Amino acid sequence: MLQTLPAGAPGAETPAAPILQLVGVRKTFGGFTAVQGIDLDVREGEFLTIVGPSGSGKTTLLRMLAGMDTPSEGNITLHGELINDIPPNRRPTCLVFQSLALFPHKSVGENIAFPLKVKGVDAAARKARALELMRVVRLPEDYFDKNVMKCSGGERQRVALARAFAYDPEVLFFDEPLSALDYKLKKALEKELKDLHRETGKTFIYITHSLEEAMVMSDRIGVMRAGRLVQVGTPEEIYGAPVDRFVSEFVGEVNTIRVKREADGGWAGVDVPGRFTLAPPRDGTALDEAFVVVRPEFMRFLGPGDSADNRLEGIVYNEYSLGSRIQYQIRVDAGAAGEKVFLVELSRSRALPPGTDRAVTLGWDAADAFTLGS
Amino acid sequence: MADIALAPAAESPAQLRLARRLSAGARCAIPVALLLGIGFLAPLMAIFGYAFATPRSFDVFRSFTLENFATLFDPANTVWVSFVWSCGLALTTVAILAVVAYPIAYGLNVVFGRWSPFISVLFVFPLFVSENVRLYGWVLFYIKNGVLDGTLKWLGLSGGPEVLFTPGITLFGMVYTYLPFMLFPMTLGLALVPRDLIDAARDLGAGRLFIWREIELPLAMPGILIGMLLTFVLAIGATAEAKILGGQSIIVISHDIEIAFTYSQNWPLGSAMAVVVTFFIGGLTLFALSKLDLDRMLGRR
Repeated sequence: MLQTLPAGAPGAETPAAPILQLVGVRKTFGGFTAVQGIDLDVREGEFLTIVGPSGSGKTTLLRMLAGMDTPSEGNITLHGELINDIPPNRRPTCLVFQSLALFPHKSVGENIAFPLKVKGVDAAARKARALELMRVVRLPEDYFDKNVMKCSGGERQRVALARAFAYDPEVLFFDEPLSALDYKLKKALEKELKDLHRETGKTFIYITHSLEEAMVMSDRIGVMRAGRLVQVGTPEEIYGAPVDRFVSEFVGEVNTIRVKREADGGWAGVDVPGRFTLAPPRDGTALDEAFVVVRPEFMRFLGPGDSADNRLEGIVYNEYSLGSRIQYQIRVDAGAAGEKVFLVELSRSRALPPGTDRAVTLGWDAADAFTLGS
Repeated sequence: MADIALAPAAESPAQLRLARRLSAGARCAIPVALLLGIGFLAPLMAIFGYAFATPRSFDVFRSFTLENFATLFDPANTVWVSFVWSCGLALTTVAILAVVAYPIAYGLNVVFGRWSPFISVLFVFPLFVSENVRLYGWVLFYIKNGVLDGTLKWLGLSGGPEVLFTPGITLFGMVYTYLPFMLFPMTLGLALVPRDLIDAARDLGAGRLFIWREIELPLAMPGILIGMLLTFVLAIGATAEAKILGGQSIIVISHDIEIAFTYSQNWPLGSAMAVVVTFFIGGLTLFALSKLDLDRMLGRR
């Protein structure tokens, strides 16, 4: 069935070998490179989310993992065995489609029991297992004979999930299955999915363009851009230590200032006049030009006598209520470039008195900002 | 409907009643209703009237007798043989076509790719030529010293098989003639099967045959059944194949009807036959359509 890698190949005989390993995976369609240079180790039992804007190659990556596409270059190994050319029906993996791909002519029970029917399990055992899985995904028992097309969006998600579990895969893939649902249901199902991940202990690889979704559910997140994995790390690492401006902007709103090194070793703003104090870049490289990236929630307003490593004078142009938090849009005089907009986010209890057009002083500490080379 | 909702409130109840009686849809349907009334329903009524007229007369709507039907159902009469031939040939045609058209329909959807439109046109193209002309073409092909026989002899082989003017060649002609009518509904039916479902079934461990039996065939069934119904209804009324290719080695029911109207000048008997055949096919079609729950098969309910 599965080809075994020759001895000495990466990932073959190491003790804590990852369940799924990608080495130098590349996929081209004609002259178009969809995915390239993917090196990734997936640990057994983890919830890994791949995020990226549309067209970043995340679906192509997933299709290769599920066996619906073959890599043009590189190796995909499962438990150290090369699976590049193993067709999807002979892989112990299962994909929950974006469309869910439920069989419209079959009932809820028949859909869930489909993989069991493939394996030749007899009807009684199929039904018992399907009902068991329906309990796991919190579907009422009397849905067994219900037409699957009569189910609501949330119920269909559960049917698709139960059907995937019925296959008893080692790794489950998810291709944005929640993207078509309304916000509230999506939030509820994200948490349920995380619970199910805990309860089943299976390895989940989830694909989405919504970082919010990734943050809630994942143990680790991989960020994709233009066919490459830019950064892989825990949600905290992705949020707190992005490797470049793309990741920092993808993870949330940011204020970015371009700076260059002065003769005295200090930093001067390029698009905003002034001198700034910077934390050294995370990777320790010496830079002559850099970007200072500050998240709106790390900005604050300075009163008389308050101190901060960096400060800017501006005018409150607009304020938005985000529920428990308030975001301010501040216009700062940027000299020749006109004005530059900065975002400041405060919890409601620390909000300014309402009203726009007032002059304010923004401040942030060097330790709260990222210094990025690109 | 929409114009009722948008009607100003000041309109009188009488105007509203008129608007409701003739909705936009009904008004749009007037031309086709008139056409069907004159071109379809009126001749049908005339045939129905003739079926109860005195045999070998033109006393339509002025006489009433069941004698024509009595003649038809008289076992001594051979009309039932023609009817059995027509049904048998139609059923066999449908069965052969289902097997022949399925791989082509599958190919048009999945395999042929950018050649699909071209191949579709090849199947449609013969329809531009009159059916009789095409059938005479086959006669020229199969006839003694014709294209097949002549070519084989010219190559020094013994001549071609003598297949012309047999029931078998009639069946061949029918399969040939009705292929597009099976192929295109079937192609459409197969096109309605989402590729995602095939991928999902495969991902859940199913092999090709299992996917075909459990997913592809049931979901393509509406198209397949419509193709079968269409070809059956057309084939049961076929005459040209039996006359031209079959050389009247067998007489089909529609040929019997034609003879009654022409040589025999017995319009009432011909009409009675037509009425029986019409009711048979109509009943069969309605029965099939009632069993064929399209919405359910397409998963819309």
